[in-house]
Order: sequence, then structure tokens, then C-alpha cells
Amino acid sequence: MNIFVCVKQVPDTETKVTPNADGSFIETSSIKWIMNPYDEFAVEQALLIKQANPAANVTVVRVGSVKDTEALRTAMAMGADDGILVEAGDNLDSFSIAKALKGAIDKSGKSADLVFAGKQAIDDDCLQVPQILAQMLNLPSVAVVVGFELTGSTVKAKREVEGGALEVYEVATPCVIACNKGLNTPRYASLPGIMKAKKKPLAQHSLADVGVSDADRRVKYSGFRLPPEKPAGKKFDATDAAKQRDVVAQVVGLLRTEAKII
Amino acid sequence: MDFAISPEQKEIQELALKFARNEMIPVAQEMDEHGTFPMDIFKKAWELGLCNTCIPVEYGGTGFTSLDGVIISEALAYGCMGMNTSFMANDLALLPIVIGGTDEQKKKFLTPFTQEFRIASFCLTEPGNGSDAGGLKTTLKDGGDHWILNGEKMWITNAGYAHLFVVYATVDVNLKHKGICAIVVDPKTAGIVLGKKEDKMGHRSSDTRSVRFNNVKVPKENMLGGVGEGWSIAMKTLDHSRPLVASSALGGAWRALDLSINYAKERVQFGVTISKHQAVQFMIAEMAMKVEASRLLVYKAAWMCDQHVKNTEVASYAKAFAADSCMQITTDAVQIYGGYGYSKEYPVEKLMRDAKLIQIYEGTSQIQRLVIAREVLK
Repeated sequence: MNIFVCVKQVPDTETKVTPNADGSFIETSSIKWIMNPYDEFAVEQALLIKQANPAANVTVVRVGSVKDTEALRTAMAMGADDGILVEAGDNLDSFSIAKALKGAIDKSGKSADLVFAGKQAIDDDCLQVPQILAQMLNLPSVAVVVGFELTGSTVKAKREVEGGALEVYEVATPCVIACNKGLNTPRYASLPGIMKAKKKPLAQHSLADVGVSDADRRVKYSGFRLPPEKPAGKKFDATDAAKQRDVVAQVVGLLRTEAKII
Repeated sequence: MDFAISPEQKEIQELALKFARNEMIPVAQEMDEHGTFPMDIFKKAWELGLCNTCIPVEYGGTGFTSLDGVIISEALAYGCMGMNTSFMANDLALLPIVIGGTDEQKKKFLTPFTQEFRIASFCLTEPGNGSDAGGLKTTLKDGGDHWILNGEKMWITNAGYAHLFVVYATVDVNLKHKGICAIVVDPKTAGIVLGKKEDKMGHRSSDTRSVRFNNVKVPKENMLGGVGEGWSIAMKTLDHSRPLVASSALGGAWRALDLSINYAKERVQFGVTISKHQAVQFMIAEMAMKVEASRLLVYKAAWMCDQHVKNTEVASYAKAFAADSCMQITTDAVQIYGGYGYSKEYPVEKLMRDAKLIQIYEGTSQIQRLVIAREVLK
């Protein structure tokens, strides 16, 4: 059984994000990268399947810059068998990333029985890649999955919907599963695991190698900027009963003309 | 000269810090309050390879260097100095075996620690002998095909849960250092009586007890080195373990620094965050300086161990400086937190209580200065 797990490297949640000079992306030079937390659930689910089926092979795939390969190394230290890195900029759009992931999976020569991904990346929060990838692979997909059972070639996946209700899907493998928090408890990479990960095969491709070009870009980012700083609040003194009428009129006026919320 | 840790050490450090943040910090205060032994956390740390880092590869260990060991211990102490004392006590007890054991003894005593979760205790201090460890009174008598052990040990970390003791005892008190032996003892042997768990100021989750030996039979083959070699094994152990204990002070100080920085940026007085007040800035600058200086000394002392250079003097610099700095830094952290710092609802008072012990155990700050003076005035 071949299991692919798509992982993304995102800025550590404690990072103070600043836009880069031309506003095309965030400044990445001093960022500490981590594996996208939702992808950890995806890796863990693949490893749980591997535990139950020792013959299963878990491959982690990542599209992104080569500066740091934290996410792939972590996944392999957790227990994934091998990794594929498609070298690319960190600000690709969802379509290009999905196409690159598909290209990398095709290029591996292994036919995917299961593809896992996090339901979204915590940096751009697009929630698109798993679904686009499934479409490109022509596979069924279930997203925001919090329960997963594999029996033979049937997957029973539970997904969360509004109001805390669960939808239960039965899907035949191969399929794409986008994982949510609550699906499992991701394991730590153990120290022996970290040591072993260094010897695990890591294939490296360019975007061209996996058939992706600039023409595939559907979204171009421009004008990254920080949200405007919150202006200081205004205080109105209405302790004097005689002035209350005027104060209320003033507040309502400002809410209408300045804050424009009524 | 390279001051950077390797990418591999960085990964090890990140794992240990992640473990400290996720597993230790959330429960540290409660375990401190109730004096709960961190059994599950200890076991989990062992499963991840964060414990017993001194066991060589040949005996199933991870084969980490001393520097790797202090990087791990620093990060775990960042989580909780008290729990880290329990974890470290394993290394402290296993080191004499690594240093003075024969191949057969290492296989017999070290390998089980790599195969299943086990706990060990280092038994040197006695009710009447702390700093003057060489004046110990616990005796070993030749019983023919075994040794007979009598005496009492004090402040023994992990004693209530240990699967193995390394005990220091003398064949003749009059021989002083020359009569001291190091011997491996099975805690289940008849004649061993454990005292009650000590109710301590800090490190409350670590288990500390007295251990009494009443005519305890110990197999002859359990002695590490020969008769009279125990003192030299103990001293070599300390050269390895002092950087380790110093790293615990470093980790605690680092945590106090981080907490102080965060709090100073949040707490507003006189209309600005207290981080804008120079009085607080100076305290934080002092903390940051001392954490960095401690780290350099601790890493150097461990690195010297790995280079097989005699590190007695630098290990004492590291132990005394890191412990004294940790005391100062955690005290200032309470000061920065003000009234809140004195309350058990906030994390810094525990750090201050925990810091105190590191100035005392594994050679007091004063003993470290004696060692340093002896070395530099040679």
C-alpha cells in the first residue's frame, strides 16, 4: 500500500509576520518554519495505517523552498519512509501547488492508495489544495476529517459540519483525505527517529521536473500589508444627567459618520 | 572556533523543548504542589530517547555526547527543574557504571535501561556527610562470596522508585578516600529500608528519601572497579555530571528570562508597559547576560568532556555560575512580577524555590569555589 502525505512548511505560530519590501509576500529571512499543524494529523494518520499494515510505505511530499526542510525531516523522524521535495518559492498559489504535488506523486512511479493532507495551512488559510489535488488525480476526497477507519479498500470518514454535527462518508480507495484537529494525537519524533530520518531517501525535483510552469499560476499575490493599527478609542463622559442627551446624539452621529456602522 | 550547535543538536533541542512545553509545563505547578512523582512523563521522555543519554551505543544507548546531554537537560529543565532532577538522577547513577564498569557489568546493568523504562539512584550523601563526601560512614564488609553493606544514605533522588542503586561505601573508615568503593545494589535486596518522602521547598515532584542498609548482601561482581577505586569513579562522575546539573540551572534561568520578558511587555504601570521602565530593563538585561554566560560555560564544560580534556575546573565554573545565576534570575523574575510573582498562581515563585536546590546539590556553590581555587592555585 502506498500512502502519500502532503505537508507544508509554515511560519511558527509565534512568528511576528511582516510584509517583504515589494509587498509580494511576507519577509521570510528570519522566520522559524514548522510543519503545518493540520499536516501533523495527516502524517500521524498515515503512520497509524502503517503500524497496522507494516508493508505500507509512507511518502511525504512538500512543495516549497529548500532553505529549510523542517517539515519533511519532522515527518520522516516521526516514521515516514521517504520524502519528495519539489523546490519552489514559498508563495505559490493553491493551483500550482496541487499540480506540483500531483506531478511529484506521478513521478514517484508509485500509485497512491491513499493521499492525506491537512485540511488547510495555517499561514494563508486557503483550504483548497487537497480538493484541487483530488480533482487533478481524479479521486474522491473528504475534507475536514475527524474520524477515519480503513477496512479493506473502504474508508469510513467522518467530517465536521456546522453545529458540531458529523457527516459520515464511505469512500473507496484510492482517495484524498484532508485532516482536521481531533482526528488523532500526533506522535513526537523520537531521538532515534531523528537520527534514522537522516538516512531516509529524499528525492528533490524542480517545478519544471513535475510539469509546473508560471503559466499555471491562477493567483498572483501583490500588496501584502499589515492590517492598519487600531486607532485609540474615544471616551464620552455622560455622568452628568443634563448632558446625556447631547452625548448620546454625538456618539450616534460618530457611529454613523465616522465608524459607519449604523 | 564555532559557537553554533549542529543542525542535529538543534533538532534534538527542539524536540526536548516541544516536550517541555507540551508535557511538562502544563502540569508542573500542580505536580509541584502535590509532590506528585512524574512517572508518566518520565516514561514518555524515556520512550522518546530523552533519558539515559550517557549510555553508549554498544550497550543499546543513543551514544549521545555530553554536549547533546546538556542540550537535552537544559530544555527539559526549561519545562520543570524538579522533574528534570528525577530524569537526571538516572544519568548520575548510570555514569559510574559507564565510567568504572567492566564490559560485562555494562551489559548487565546498562542495557536493561535501554530495553525498558527503569529508574536509578546515586547514593553518595549521608546524614552526616554532605560536602565532605569522602568522610562517608557506610561500610562494606567481606562476607566471603558477597559483600555486606551497612549504613544510611540521605537525600537520595528517585529512591522510592529505583530499580538500581549505585552505592558508595568504605571497606575501612580509617582509610578515608582510599577505602571507598562504588557498588551496584538491587533495591529489592533484603535489609534495605526506605525513609519517607522528604517534604522539600522545591523540586517537589522529584522523589527524595533516606535509604538504610541493614546487613544487605551484595554480590561480589557488583563492585565497580576495585576496592578503593570508588572515590576516583565518583570524582570522574562529577566531572561529567556537573555540566549536566549546571544545565538544569541554565534551563530554569532561561524559562525565568522568557517569562519575565513576556510579562514585562504586558504589564502596564504609569501608562506604559513595565518593559519601558529602565529599572525593569536593567533587570532583564542582567538576566539575559547571565543566561548566555551560563550557557557558554555549561556547553564548554560538556564539550571538554567530549574532547577528553580534564574539565574539573570549568565544570565547577559552570555549576557555580549557572546555579548562582539561576537563583538571581529567578529571584528577579519574582521581583518583575511583583505581588503576582509571590503568588502560587503564577509560575515564577516555583522557579525561585527550584533554583535554590541547584546551589546546594551536586557540590554546593561554595564547594565549587573550593574546587576552582584548588585548581587555579595549584
